[in-house]
Amino acid sequence: MSNPGLVLILGAVLVPLLRGWLRAAWLVLVPVAGLALLWRLPAGTTGGIELFGLALAPLRVDPLSRVFATAFLAAALICLVYGLHLRGPGQPVTTLVYAGSAVGAVLAGDLLTLFVFWELSGIASVFLIWARGTGRSYQAGMRYLTVQVISGLLLLAGIALRVSDGHGLEFVRLGLDGPGEVLILLAIGIKAGFPVLHAWLPDTYPEATVVGAVVLSAFTTKLGIYALARGYPGTELLVWVGAVMTVFPIFYAVIENDLRRVLAYSMINQLGFMVVGVGIGGALGINGAAAHAVADILFKALLFMSMGAVLLRTGTVKGSELGGLYKSMPQTTILCLVGAASISAFPLFSGFATKSMIMEAVGREHRLVVWLVLLFASAGVFHHAGIKIPFFAFFAHDRGWRVAEAPVSMRVAMALAAAGSITIGVAPGWLYRILPYPVDYVPYTVPHVVNQLQLLLLASMAFTVLIRTGLYPPELRSVNLDLEVVYRRLLPGWWGAAVGTAARLRGGFEPPLRRWAAAGVALATRAVRPGGRLALAWSTDAMVWWVTVLLGLLILMALL
Amino acid sequence: MTEHRRWLDRPRNVTRLVRALYLLCGLAFLADLLYRKHPFFAVEHWFGFYAGFGFLVSVSLVLAAKQLRRVLRRDEDYYEPPEPDPDE
Repeated sequence: MSNPGLVLILGAVLVPLLRGWLRAAWLVLVPVAGLALLWRLPAGTTGGIELFGLALAPLRVDPLSRVFATAFLAAALICLVYGLHLRGPGQPVTTLVYAGSAVGAVLAGDLLTLFVFWELSGIASVFLIWARGTGRSYQAGMRYLTVQVISGLLLLAGIALRVSDGHGLEFVRLGLDGPGEVLILLAIGIKAGFPVLHAWLPDTYPEATVVGAVVLSAFTTKLGIYALARGYPGTELLVWVGAVMTVFPIFYAVIENDLRRVLAYSMINQLGFMVVGVGIGGALGINGAAAHAVADILFKALLFMSMGAVLLRTGTVKGSELGGLYKSMPQTTILCLVGAASISAFPLFSGFATKSMIMEAVGREHRLVVWLVLLFASAGVFHHAGIKIPFFAFFAHDRGWRVAEAPVSMRVAMALAAAGSITIGVAPGWLYRILPYPVDYVPYTVPHVVNQLQLLLLASMAFTVLIRTGLYPPELRSVNLDLEVVYRRLLPGWWGAAVGTAARLRGGFEPPLRRWAAAGVALATRAVRPGGRLALAWSTDAMVWWVTVLLGLLILMALL
Repeated sequence: MTEHRRWLDRPRNVTRLVRALYLLCGLAFLADLLYRKHPFFAVEHWFGFYAGFGFLVSVSLVLAAKQLRRVLRRDEDYYEPPEPDPDE
């Protein structure tokens, strides 16, 4: 059992049997043990087996898989600490199985093992939505599960096509040469939140529990980024897909009222940067995507944790209901601001050292349009995640909330994520050393620091001016139409209309058809019914007559 | 409520903060005089490019999103009736 993913999954078995301090200690120990095991594993593929003539490699440790697995295990630790206040074992167990399958998936050396962990992570994670225990979360969970299963089926179909083409199961660079590879890219695209395939993400993540949304934010989407980096590095299409992903969510994020949904949109925006990095490819592009995935796991978890703490204490995360919470939750406020600074890429915070690698990769390729799009998106993310989230939750109007500070375990988890974000920002060398390729990039140069400060300061001035002049759109109780409307309103609506039309058609056609059928039956059976021609008592001479005619006909035929 | 007023509760202090921010922004804009650029793109040579870009796109983003809201906004119970937030 040398797979850190299996350590987490098997570690989940003991959780329901433990209580109190013992359980807390166990929940901390398991991911730490996973980390220790991961870093003791030798590089390369181990435990290869042959199945139906196909080579399986359930465990492959190389720099790319190791950096993602490390981030996943660290995220698992943070999420489990964040959930220590929970009494029931359900969510910790789910977290361990989900995180373990995500780790198993990135360490999978072949596509079939990847598929198994891919599906397991999808199925395990839905319980983090259902755990909320409302009808609404049940429905959201069903939608989430449907999407995850579709992604898994696409992956399986793609694998089958590849194997039948004789490519084998090894998970290496796939490219876009055949239909199998396209299906696999679609499967990954669902998980990674590609435009059009993204709707499930802002639809379902905000319906999860306080802890669940934090856990969900770390694994599924970044597993998609890992699979992209492994299978499709340097794919030109991804540059444009990623550029679109960075832009469209920021418009939604500005007008969205549910602050956890704002974070879901900003997650698609950040994933877009990583997808661009993978699309550019090369050492810097892949390094940038991997580094930013690590940074994103930490600061997005931190932001989701701070909003989770707000939800736990006030019962809502709607911008229209919140404000002034810095008075009651000062520590949560500061930790949230660290996350906001990190996602906004302020100097000394993680995004500054990681997102800039992707910008640099785009710059070195002299892709001006893409670069301008990403710069716009950088200002945009500062706007909604860097300013809007902390401003409307903790400052803005004081709505009179006087609540307790977040539980200690939550603050510890947030502090861990904040410490990680600041460490990456202050000493990026630690992260750069474990990236897939040697790093040939220096984040702290005078122009980079000055330019980034210019961009962010003037963007915050824009926000201030708009707020002070009243031009900023107020937080309103509302929902905004996104593509989820297709499967939540349009398709059910069309189905309802089709059923209604069928019923109306039936109402129109059935009575006359029945009448005609009855008339036809009556006509056909008239002769044999009482009083019908065949039911009459016929006279003997008529009989003789007919027999004579028949015999005559018979003779005639015989003679002919 | 007998709670004491916080520093941020006084509008005068908020105005001070805003002025300090504007001052910082002005300094950031002028900082372009102080260093040599090594840009990838010609646009980066423009004086105060990042500052101007940051301000303009932020304002356009918010105003565009405001217009989008007119098309996209629906009532909160558009998909399903509202439900009270459950306790964990």
